[in-house]
Amino acid sequence: MNGQTDMQALYRAETADDRIVSALDSMSVIYQRRSGITHIVSDPVPQILAAMGDVPMNAAQIAEKMALHFDLGDEQEAQSIIAARLAELAELGLVERANA
Amino acid sequence: MHEFRVQVGPASFRIGSLWKAPLDQMRALYADYPEPEYIDYSVRLEAASPLRRFIRPSVAINGDYMLPDAAPLPLDQALLAAEMGMNLQMALGWRRQLILHASAVERGGKALIMTGASGSGKSTLSALLGQKGGDDGWRFMGDEFALIDPDSGDAVPYPRLISLKNEAIAAMQASAANGRFGPLMRGTPKGDIRHLAPQKSAIDNMHKRAKPALLLFPRFGYEPAIREMGAGETFMRLTQASTNYVALGEAGFAALTRFVQQVPARAIDYQSGEEAEMLVNQLWDELA
Repeated sequence: MNGQTDMQALYRAETADDRIVSALDSMSVIYQRRSGITHIVSDPVPQILAAMGDVPMNAAQIAEKMALHFDLGDEQEAQSIIAARLAELAELGLVERANA
Repeated sequence: MHEFRVQVGPASFRIGSLWKAPLDQMRALYADYPEPEYIDYSVRLEAASPLRRFIRPSVAINGDYMLPDAAPLPLDQALLAAEMGMNLQMALGWRRQLILHASAVERGGKALIMTGASGSGKSTLSALLGQKGGDDGWRFMGDEFALIDPDSGDAVPYPRLISLKNEAIAAMQASAANGRFGPLMRGTPKGDIRHLAPQKSAIDNMHKRAKPALLLFPRFGYEPAIREMGAGETFMRLTQASTNYVALGEAGFAALTRFVQQVPARAIDYQSGEEAEMLVNQLWDELA
């Protein structure tokens, strides 16, 4: 696990209109309208993006929202996985850091 | 400069050549194709240097879209140069449909698409199937590019000349003895090459689209086998097999995701044409 991952960091996703998500069997593909890039992602990335909407959220808030629909298991572990995915999504430009 | 114009499926070409002989070969092979009114792409066969027009003549491929480092070919391979030039215009320039590096045949309004690396046998298989003809036979739609229309999802025929390589030449000479073959070109950068004109019915019907119903990834030279391909794996393979997926942007994404969600896909291994035909017919009956 990435010790540098900031669990409190707030991220904001692009609005749903800025991307098209298409679920294939083993993965999902996301077309990002702004860049024209196709991202190939696996679970739980589409679920994270769906949970975020366009409200700035941190990993704990996203986990709480996702837990309404999914059994996330250990809460701490789920949050660190989400935080790690958020950092990767920020690298890809699918989410960005938001100021508190 | 000599000139020849030809319509292949939705695309039209003007081939200009410093030499007359290659265009005479093209006129003979493309005898059944219509002449277009408007031209999409120009391809020019020019001398690699002024001296090379006469002394050991060598052909440089020029056109609307060019590869800067393409090596010139000897004059007796000028037909191959023209075909490579036409393919290049499609691969780099075409925007009306999503291009998949694949062959396609049609039966009952439905299309079988076959994709794979060079040497997989996709081209030969489409030629073998298309050559049989008949009322319940396959119609050849293309051996190099399958065009997928982004609006309808239909496969659009692009029945260019069939480019037979190496062992496929003898195989097709045996099964299409009355076919219209081009000159045998030995020792080209792709090995031995001989072109074969598709059957006249395939050319006459090249405006008739078909609904993609089965996608195959053939592989020649292995024990017969069938493997299911998931939509995700298929999507990744097809983005690599497309020459204009990125250029088409959102339209390409929509066309490709719909394609992989709707069209069943299988990988097949085979060791002979008969084996492949059997597997194709079996899967077609089950899935298409």
